[in-house]
Amino acid sequence: MKHESIEINSGLLIVLTLMVISIGGLVEIVPLFHIEETVEEVDGVRPYTPLELRGRDIYVREGCYTCHSQMIRPFRDEMLRYGHYSLAAESQYDHPFQWGSKRTGPDLARVGGKYSNEWQTQHLVDPQSLVPESIMPGYPWLLEDELDYSQIEARMVAQARVGVPYSRTQSEYEANVEQFGQEMADKLHVSNGVEVLEAQAAAENWDGDPDRITEMDALVAYLQMLGTMVDFSKYEDGHFNQFR
Amino acid sequence: MSQQTENKKGQVETTGHVWDGDLREYNNPLPRWWLWAFYVTIVFSVVYWILYPAWPYGDSYTKGISTVEYTVEGEDGQEKTVSEPWNTRALFTRDMQSSPSALAQQEWVGKVKDMSFEAIEQDPDTLQFAMSVGHVTFGDYCAACHGAGGQGKVGAYPNLADNAWLYGNSYETIVNKIHNGIQGMMPAQNVPEDTIDDLSKYVLSLSGNAEVSGEAASRGKQAFASCAGCHGANGKGNEALGAPNLTDAIWGVADVPGCGDDVGCKVDEINYVVNNGIQRQMPGFGDRLSETQIRMLAIYVRQLGGN
Repeated sequence: MKHESIEINSGLLIVLTLMVISIGGLVEIVPLFHIEETVEEVDGVRPYTPLELRGRDIYVREGCYTCHSQMIRPFRDEMLRYGHYSLAAESQYDHPFQWGSKRTGPDLARVGGKYSNEWQTQHLVDPQSLVPESIMPGYPWLLEDELDYSQIEARMVAQARVGVPYSRTQSEYEANVEQFGQEMADKLHVSNGVEVLEAQAAAENWDGDPDRITEMDALVAYLQMLGTMVDFSKYEDGHFNQFR
Repeated sequence: MSQQTENKKGQVETTGHVWDGDLREYNNPLPRWWLWAFYVTIVFSVVYWILYPAWPYGDSYTKGISTVEYTVEGEDGQEKTVSEPWNTRALFTRDMQSSPSALAQQEWVGKVKDMSFEAIEQDPDTLQFAMSVGHVTFGDYCAACHGAGGQGKVGAYPNLADNAWLYGNSYETIVNKIHNGIQGMMPAQNVPEDTIDDLSKYVLSLSGNAEVSGEAASRGKQAFASCAGCHGANGKGNEALGAPNLTDAIWGVADVPGCGDDVGCKVDEINYVVNNGIQRQMPGFGDRLSETQIRMLAIYVRQLGGN
């Protein structure tokens, strides 16, 4: 084919351009689906409970990811500040993942358990009341708004459709019992959604008000879980180097 | 411009296209420097493919011949050197073990680990290292609640910058609390309506914030009996329980100083605490911080209070 015929035929030019530029993407992305080492074998990572799942929805809705990353990179300084570097396995049930790309605020990948529930609630309502130099905006409505969890089952089904092992059938449930244990499998069963969410909201005093289930309850439950699933003390130095 | 065009006519090839009768497009060769730079990038990429992970195939990829070495503890307890194809995680492991800054830090961390708190206090260099690490750790883990200067927040988070210590100021205690966290708790008291003001006034009188006498004083003192279990019969507190001293001028929960001279306001503040109790929780950091980090943090926290 003569170069001239490409230059004077814009339709052909577009098609050929798309083919050429997609090579870069395909070469980088497609192999990751086949290379088995991509996702680490690690104990403890599980799908989110219904309350955490709603908390994550609120995290996304409020745009937390625009200022906070959830991705600790394998550098010494990041390790010293935030803890063990993030594993691919830790976001395997995230759709979409919340790695983020900007740190106006600190990384949140391991924020779970770092501060008390009381602090998280007060800080989300009015950050400057606790950290005067903070530039984070307040989110006081989270404490006022009742959590809408009427569609929790549909949300779990939606996640299940993209590969998160929330169970809908008995055989899926049994597979979860095998993988995550009886207690967690019950929490991951779609038809238990409402009941499990209410139980978790009541079990711990996330937002300081045990009488209502607010959006704050869900968000704090989500934040307090972040980065806590894997017990890194079980793994030796360099264990995760075989996955990369 | 036109001069130049004129000169090049016939010397430079054109693409052969002709528009509007006489418009032609020059087909100049690429500049030499640009072309060579392009060839260099091609050579560079080939070298890169050989050295580093590059091409995927099947369920694996080319790992390159470049390696990273670090040490691990083998099953027999002996350290052995591992050599792996280059990757960022191995680089990180090596960095943590042997980069100059890591080595410099390890040397000092080792000193802090091996020395007693008393010995560190006597050694200015080690103390300075522990204090600077403690300062940074405090900024990340503690300052969110206790404030950048440890000043805390009345009613919510204890002040660490004064010399009043709810649980005492021994290094052992501070390390223990950082490691395990604290459940700070005073149960809400069920004091009858007609007695609570007397009780609160009595409590205030312990620190000279109110004056009570006669029957009111004895009613207050009687009601205080249920407080004495933790705060002590004389109100001096109990460090084992974290019950604060009520006879000094330091108020961590009820904002008594904020009331000025208004005794009614002070009584309301105390009433509120008596009626509602206190629920405070500090997370433990034993899972997140190493024992040596906690020791350095304890040194920093202890001196915040002027020790």
